[in-house]
Amino acid sequence: MILIGERINAGFSDVKQALQEKDPEEIENLAKRQADAGADYLDINMGAVSKDPDDMIWLVEIVQDTVDTPISIDSQDPNIVEPALEACNGKSMINSTTAQDEKLDKLIPLAVEHDASIIGITSGEEGAPQDVNGRLEHGAKIFTSANEHGLDVDNLFIDPVAMPLKFMQEQASNLLEAINQLSNISDPPPHISLGISNMSSDASEKSLINRTFLVMAMAVGLDAAICDVFDKKLINSVATAEMILNEEIYNDSFIETYRMN
Amino acid sequence: MQIPDVSSTWENEISSVTIGATEEEGGTRSRTITIGGETTMPYLHFEGTMPNRPVLAFEIWDVRPEDWPPITKEPFEDVMGNPVEWAQKCEEDFDPDLLSLRLMGCDPYGEDRSPEGAAKTVEKVLEATTLPLIIWGSGDEEKDNEVFTLVSPAAEGENCLLGTITEDNYRTLAALGKADDHKVIAESPVDINIAKQVNTLALDVGYDLENIVIFPNSPALGYGIEYVYSIMERTRLAGLKGDRLMAQPMLANIGGEVWKTKEAKITAEERPNWGDHRKRGPLWEATTAFTYLQAGADLVIMRHPEALNEVGRKIDRLMDSGGE
Repeated sequence: MILIGERINAGFSDVKQALQEKDPEEIENLAKRQADAGADYLDINMGAVSKDPDDMIWLVEIVQDTVDTPISIDSQDPNIVEPALEACNGKSMINSTTAQDEKLDKLIPLAVEHDASIIGITSGEEGAPQDVNGRLEHGAKIFTSANEHGLDVDNLFIDPVAMPLKFMQEQASNLLEAINQLSNISDPPPHISLGISNMSSDASEKSLINRTFLVMAMAVGLDAAICDVFDKKLINSVATAEMILNEEIYNDSFIETYRMN
Repeated sequence: MQIPDVSSTWENEISSVTIGATEEEGGTRSRTITIGGETTMPYLHFEGTMPNRPVLAFEIWDVRPEDWPPITKEPFEDVMGNPVEWAQKCEEDFDPDLLSLRLMGCDPYGEDRSPEGAAKTVEKVLEATTLPLIIWGSGDEEKDNEVFTLVSPAAEGENCLLGTITEDNYRTLAALGKADDHKVIAESPVDINIAKQVNTLALDVGYDLENIVIFPNSPALGYGIEYVYSIMERTRLAGLKGDRLMAQPMLANIGGEVWKTKEAKITAEERPNWGDHRKRGPLWEATTAFTYLQAGADLVIMRHPEALNEVGRKIDRLMDSGGE
């Protein structure tokens, strides 16, 4: 399972304040703690706080001076994404493009040029479709575009869009079916990713909803998640699910082993 | 007809483990031996690399092994009971890659030799030989901990391979290996889950995974070899796929297993229709070794010189010209 740590996001007040005051300490702290918790990528999201590419570069540089974990640039604006990718020393990710032509045609070539991964969310002009077929249609379009631009399939992540369970309960089963079908779109398939925390938006028992859904989604083909890597129960559930799916060899200390690996 | 390209790409490389230390490196060995480092399944040279040729070691005991069948004792008859001379003879006459010394004399149910005596034996063997050395205890966990407490520092600087750590007994030897810069053998009883657990436990007490060689036990041909074959294959696949707790070189220690089977040791006089045991026995040992090499063994410890020679030639062929 590829875990993308969601915590460096200016939607959180501590990150917002750090970004506004250009105080690196909290960013360094979050980068280190998420890396220690097992994040494979660290997502950086400036939210509504800034649209200045230099601010993104500032964040990228702090994170990569602190840890070696690859960085996920959370923006759909090529004017931010491009300089941020250039500032990244190692492997990076673009989070994200939609299935709209003007985005695909700008962002996928950037991913190809920088050998970066890219998340394509199954959303078009009309927004994110709620049914299975709409998700598949957009997913296929993203896959085709990635293929045409020469993106390595291992660098493609398709995100069929998690919606809040509390408000759109019928969505969850559509989403599981879409994951199942998208993971069979090609051999080898692209990665299938989700922003897991969206599932529990405004709900009680957020952590329980997130981990239960994550495990169900893993069983039908999900192999990446933008999530709260500080949620120990979530990570323990991932470790257990990977073993149940026979992706990892069992040993008695498997939780500890998962963190070591 | 065009043959399809079936090569896979793997995320991870098997770790390389070096045994022995030359004078420059603080030891007294004439050379070092490195095993592991593969980026592919065994001998698939079209797919990845096997930078280090699998190696063969001769088994030596500190005491005369009364229960070895006569044909395994014959080549060493004049030196058995004297581990120094036995080791010298192996090195000079038969040219193995390494020597493997088993301190069976320390067995509390046998001669119960002292840890001090064992440390002296190790020192003398190291003085008299130049090849990298593997050192095994008698197999009694409690006694082995006492023995290695003196043997490990006695061999300090020589970068030996010490065995074994197990699921129930790993702290002492891991700590000694770390303190005295030795490599260790992680043993598991025909059980891949325990193999992974032993490595986890060793890492947990601060022993570096890069210094471990996996020993999943080595039943002889006809006695469960297929179980360990599949364990070694799964271990190697997991290691190449990125499980760093399974990405270690592996060893097979086959002498004791092969030479207790009736197929290897019953004489032609006892069973005429089985053919000449002088050919059959070494062939049984060699075939067992071939099997483990195909499964991914990086190091095989053997007893009979003819079997060792035959397996050495086989490795040459597997490593040469793309393994054709």
